[in-house]
Amino acid sequence: MNFYPEFEVVRNDSRCIRCRVCERQCANEVHWYDADGKVMLSDESKCVNCQRCVTLCPTRALKIVKSDCRLRENANYSDQTIKEIYRQAETGGVLLSSMGNPNPLPVYWDKILINASQVTNPPIDPLREPMETRVFLGKKPEHITRNADGTLNTQLAPQLTLSMPVMFSAMSYGSISYNAHASLARAASALGICYNTGEGGLHEDFYKYGKNTIVQVASGRFGVHKDYLEAGAAIEIKMGQGAKPGIGGHLPGTKAVGDVAKTRMIPEGSDAISPAPHHDIYSIEDLRQLVYSLKEATEYRLPVIVKVAAVHNIAAIASGIARSGADIIAIDGFRGGTGAAPTRIRDNDGIPIEPALAAVDKRLRDEGIRNNVSIVCGGSVRSASDVVKAIALGADACYIATAACLAMGCHLCRSCHTGKCNWGIATQRPDLVKRLNPDIGSQRLINLMDAWRHEIKELMGGMGINSIEALRGNRLMLRGVGLTEKELEILGIAHAGE
Amino acid sequence: MKRIYVKEEWCLGCRLCEYNCAFANSGMTDMVKALRGKEIHPRIQVETDADGITYAVSCRHCTDPICVKSCIAGAISKKDGVIEIDHSKCVGCLTCVLVCPYGCVVEDEGGAAQKCELCMKNTCGAPACVKGCPNGAIVYEERGEAE
Ligand code: SF4
Ligand code: SF4
Ligand code: SF4
Ligand code: SF4
Repeated sequence: MNFYPEFEVVRNDSRCIRCRVCERQCANEVHWYDADGKVMLSDESKCVNCQRCVTLCPTRALKIVKSDCRLRENANYSDQTIKEIYRQAETGGVLLSSMGNPNPLPVYWDKILINASQVTNPPIDPLREPMETRVFLGKKPEHITRNADGTLNTQLAPQLTLSMPVMFSAMSYGSISYNAHASLARAASALGICYNTGEGGLHEDFYKYGKNTIVQVASGRFGVHKDYLEAGAAIEIKMGQGAKPGIGGHLPGTKAVGDVAKTRMIPEGSDAISPAPHHDIYSIEDLRQLVYSLKEATEYRLPVIVKVAAVHNIAAIASGIARSGADIIAIDGFRGGTGAAPTRIRDNDGIPIEPALAAVDKRLRDEGIRNNVSIVCGGSVRSASDVVKAIALGADACYIATAACLAMGCHLCRSCHTGKCNWGIATQRPDLVKRLNPDIGSQRLINLMDAWRHEIKELMGGMGINSIEALRGNRLMLRGVGLTEKELEILGIAHAGE
Repeated sequence: MKRIYVKEEWCLGCRLCEYNCAFANSGMTDMVKALRGKEIHPRIQVETDADGITYAVSCRHCTDPICVKSCIAGAISKKDGVIEIDHSKCVGCLTCVLVCPYGCVVEDEGGAAQKCELCMKNTCGAPACVKGCPNGAIVYEERGEAE
């Protein structure tokens, strides 16, 4: 069935100089030059609204607009719902999507407000006074212990040191390009934070950034070997992902080319299928075995992270993980991004990160095991204020991926699964990968994190807090607006005015 | 002296540099007015080699410039390291076009020779091609006198 295209290419011909930049830059082949008529023509049905052409058109002659040709309005059967049914009726296939859940579900960050000092408790000016944003992730000692000679025991469990409480979360080499990985690795190392390999292994060129790398072990075990484990600053066991809890991953054979296949340690052109479960993990005891196998393999030098998607029983699950020997729990909320996921799962599975985080922090405190682990939260942390709210809700640090992609040029067109990312991020096509120059990409990531660090300090200063550690779990610094009693109770915060 | 250097690894072949160059040297303030409906004569050219590698070539501002030596009218000179053409002196013999080993002197709209003068004579102040390159494939920097 043919539909009128979703987007329209609007070219202001009186401004178009026929430079054909749009034509050269659109991997979807929307634009072309007609020599007879000396005009630029376009086929908007192929447009994904990535805005590459709009951004590069030197005379601002182009815009892409949402088509107003819609099926008859129906609040129950929306235009999109109907077209999805048509598409499935035609293909019999599962719908695929990428990036995070775009639906208008509640964003609790936006319903939480941050406190500031007035009169009785002085704010701190971050430009004049020292502010500590450094965090250490890992198991903390319950009590002070002394050695036989009475001196303090200063032996700590392995810690991950970050200059600020933000890390770039897992995106595999394969799902994103070599240049995207290079940008993330270089930025993380310049910033003193970490990036995460995702489940695609670690390209040999990036071993040198090991001090700032979290190496992931996922259900497919792609690219996992001793040197890989030892290369990182921490090891992450990926049990689940916010965008697609309960299902695995699938890198199509067409993307498992060259170095991608080599890094994953699979034959070129073969599909890389990560099973939904880890086939050796069916209980917390099994998880404990993997945690300790990985610790054993790396001589107990590295903290082990267990990453799970935020799902209904997240607090109980986290309690189990905190007893499994893991040093850090990473929780990924349902708005987290993905390179490809079944649409129905992405849009309907899992729960938002904010209540999940609050529930986990509370449960671990109630059970007296909060110090067993650090908590990292992800799944749509969009700004410095989201980070501050997350820390006050109980997180030790945040994971960002969509925001990091945006810094590298991503325009959230949500067509990563097509492999034709016009911005050189979610693609393996050499001519497109080239569009992301890591000199530029890494600098933009560094700029973003520098800006956030300044903002985090300003927000902390406003509250009269000079160390991020003093903000962690400090829910008195938060108030809710427009939330129900139940929501406030779960978030553990008071309503504005209380 | 600061020169334009090519990083072909990052060139996308988008040709924006050519259009930015043509606009910068048009003397006009609006790109549409300057370039719409016209054939452009940029002083930087995007070349494509047999493997599909693209790179933008403009004057190297050689330490020992052969074009200066070859010019029969004395129209090409070196000023503070920048190789310049005095258009009022150029007789259009195009000897310089023939001798430049990089193919960086080209014919302008009127048949005289023109070349990159690092946007020193127009209102840009710094190379417009470099400023507008979306991927850092041409840079304007100090690398010392190699040649
Ligand atoms: S797909 Fe992107 S580059 Fe192509 S026409 Fe649409 S917005 Fe422009
Ligand atoms: S990039 Fe802009 S000016 Fe150039 S051909 Fe396309 S629409 Fe016209
Ligand atoms: S503007 Fe930059 S990327 Fe585009 S063709 Fe010129 S040098 Fe290459
Ligand atoms: S025009 Fe050619 S020969 Fe003359 S200075 Fe430039 S690169 Fe050298």
